[in-house]
Amino acid sequence: MRRIITATVQNRSGVLNRITGLLQKRQFNIESISVGRTEVEGVSKITIVVDVDASQKLEQVTKQLNKQIDVLKVSDITDKAIVARELALIKIVSNSQLRAEIQGIIEPFRAIVIDVSKDSLSIQVTGKSEKVEALIDLLRPYGIKELARTGLTAFQRGQQPQALQENNSFSLLN
Amino acid sequence: MVKTKIKYEDQEQVVKKTPKTGADLLIESLIDAEVDTLFGYPGGAVLPIFDALYKVKESFNQVLARHEQGSIHAAEGYARVSGKPGVVIATSGPGATNLVTGIADAMMDSLPLVVFTGQVAQGVIGTDAFQEADVMGITTPITKQNYQVRSIKDLPRVVKEAFHIASTGRPGPVVVDIPKDLAANPCEDHYDTDFNLPGYQPTIKPNPIQIKKIGEVLATAKKPVILTGAGIVISKASEEIKAFVEEHQIPVASTLLGLGAFPGEHPLFLGMAGMHGTYAANKAIYECDVLINIGARFDDRLTGNLDHFAPSAIVAHIDIDPAEIGKNVTTHIPVVADAKLALNKMLKQIKATGDYGEWVEHVERNKQNFPLWYNNPETDMIAQWVIDQVYKTTKGDAIVTTDVGQHQMWSAQYYKFNKPNRWVTSGGLGTMGFGFPAAIGAQLAAPDDTVVAIVGDGGFQMTLQELSILQERGLPVKIIIVNNAALGMVRQWQEKFYEKRYSESVFSIQPDFVKLAEAYNIKGAKIDNQADLAKKLPELIAYDGPVLIDCRVLQQENVYPMIAPGKGIHEMIGVKP
Ligand SMILES: Cc1ncc(C[n+]2csc(CCOP(=O)(O)OP(=O)(O)O)c2C)c(N)n1
Ligand SMILES: [Mg+2]
Repeated sequence: MRRIITATVQNRSGVLNRITGLLQKRQFNIESISVGRTEVEGVSKITIVVDVDASQKLEQVTKQLNKQIDVLKVSDITDKAIVARELALIKIVSNSQLRAEIQGIIEPFRAIVIDVSKDSLSIQVTGKSEKVEALIDLLRPYGIKELARTGLTAFQRGQQPQALQENNSFSLLN
Repeated sequence: MVKTKIKYEDQEQVVKKTPKTGADLLIESLIDAEVDTLFGYPGGAVLPIFDALYKVKESFNQVLARHEQGSIHAAEGYARVSGKPGVVIATSGPGATNLVTGIADAMMDSLPLVVFTGQVAQGVIGTDAFQEADVMGITTPITKQNYQVRSIKDLPRVVKEAFHIASTGRPGPVVVDIPKDLAANPCEDHYDTDFNLPGYQPTIKPNPIQIKKIGEVLATAKKPVILTGAGIVISKASEEIKAFVEEHQIPVASTLLGLGAFPGEHPLFLGMAGMHGTYAANKAIYECDVLINIGARFDDRLTGNLDHFAPSAIVAHIDIDPAEIGKNVTTHIPVVADAKLALNKMLKQIKATGDYGEWVEHVERNKQNFPLWYNNPETDMIAQWVIDQVYKTTKGDAIVTTDVGQHQMWSAQYYKFNKPNRWVTSGGLGTMGFGFPAAIGAQLAAPDDTVVAIVGDGGFQMTLQELSILQERGLPVKIIIVNNAALGMVRQWQEKFYEKRYSESVFSIQPDFVKLAEAYNIKGAKIDNQADLAKKLPELIAYDGPVLIDCRVLQQENVYPMIAPGKGIHEMIGVKP
């Protein structure tokens, strides 16, 4: 199962190395990992998407992360009401005839064109990973020259529903 | 042994002439941390530190091993026996990489170490400078925490933090990497040492609800067992465990590292469990309906095949490290706590209501009927008998260190420890070369005790250069080489599982160990028969100085009982017929 885990960490040198090393040593598959500063100085937030096959294993990931001295808090937010986004930059083969057609495809995804050249078009899209994936699939037939994704970053919504449920209250295009 | 401590201020006259440097600051921090013994080895990047040490020579008992691996294993032995952090200083590059085995060993066995490594000057870090190694990168996976100090103002705080982290919670090694320029350059007199570790707040107090649950399952249990681990030794809870066991009359099995936590000669003690554990201990774990693990981590050498480990038991696990609970064995009652605080709570909160009389009778019958055993030959010696003799001669009161292999398992089986902190062995990492240097550290921590290093002829040859220290310091360590002219444990596995293809496990030549001892000015003795050993051992052990005894034992002996790899804890082979 795919789980989204966030960890707030002391922003010391070596902390990212410690965390990725530990995930690798304990044989957890990292799908994506993103890091950045937070509102608190000296504190960073890491969002890790891992693929684990058993809940016992998931418990181990969080416990092992928590155990690190520089890790302040670890949460598995997969089943919480969350906002989760990633950004992708997609460079595709294109020419002046195709531009309008592509524009039509990306518009419902609220993606934008950020660079144009004689034979290519660069597109920026943000959203849930599924949405990003869907757009990539639609653009693939044109020929993807280059693709870069940030990986997911996420946090919990301001308000959590009382009864926890799978959060599917917003659409793919949200 | 430990020299009287002279306060840093007393050295002022000497220091005053030159401005205070980062190295001086480090030394001051070590004095503040109440370090009395230093295991160091000099080199380019730590020259400023050793120079600063020279100026305060009297403040520390400085021990120069002959290899950094020797330094760090000695520091481990010191830590295990004294309960205080072992402190190591080594130079950059090869000095630091020579420490890696010891750091990993300490990590596995939860030993508090603070390791200082020199680093090349900050200006050239990352340029593959002479003797540069990425110490942070190398040691991250094998340390509880590691630091590279990049600003002198951080140094005193980092040192304080390092000692705190190494010795609290679940102890472990902490590495502090110090660039040469930081140590060499002048610095101010004082820096702030307050630290704040919001991500490190070990839970030490047990949750009373969980303790209550243990009480409830004990009230209805018919066949409970307590498993004692090194956590009890570390938290100094031997009194408490004994009181609890005696009040409730619950049989006890131990892990390898837990030996000594509970008295080895106690009627309720079933012995070590696991791969080479006793029949009674393993069988009790297999049959029990409640298993209370206190301070052990359910290592695979203990559990064997997990499907057969305590298959019908309700498992309670008390551990200060939450990540150990549920890692290997499904746990019904998790208790995150310091073992001593948990046991105190249990003593207060849990009244003896269960009646386990029948069960105790049953496990004690197993203990009587299927004890550890060996067939003693007429005159030749076998290792088991030798260790039994060491046990009897020292009246079970020595500090015993071992190396790794057959002799280690036999020591665990035949030397019965009634007190904690007297058993020093490499468990988790199984590090050959550990035993002899660890004995040096143990003797430094306990100068008045008899320290016996029981080592294999193989492993001893990995770190024997430390014989120099015995001579230099007059440390009266007694080295017993259990000489089977083989890498015995490897030979045993090849005999059992590789159809006797003894690939590289039998020595065709060996050094003359007695001559070797003499080369270091140490009394040596070679003994190859029972009569000789029985006659000479008492005086050799009592000898006022270091002794090396080369005990020639028969090669073909195997360690039994044994749980073969992949088998369950109930499938022992080699149980007394
Ligand atoms: C550093 C290291 N290398 C290899 C091993 C694998 N190993 C485990 S026991 C053993 C044999 C040890 O031989 P010896 O020291 O003579 O002890 P014995 O088993 O004969 O008592 C070996 C090679 C190890 N544990 N550690
Ligand atoms: Mg041997």
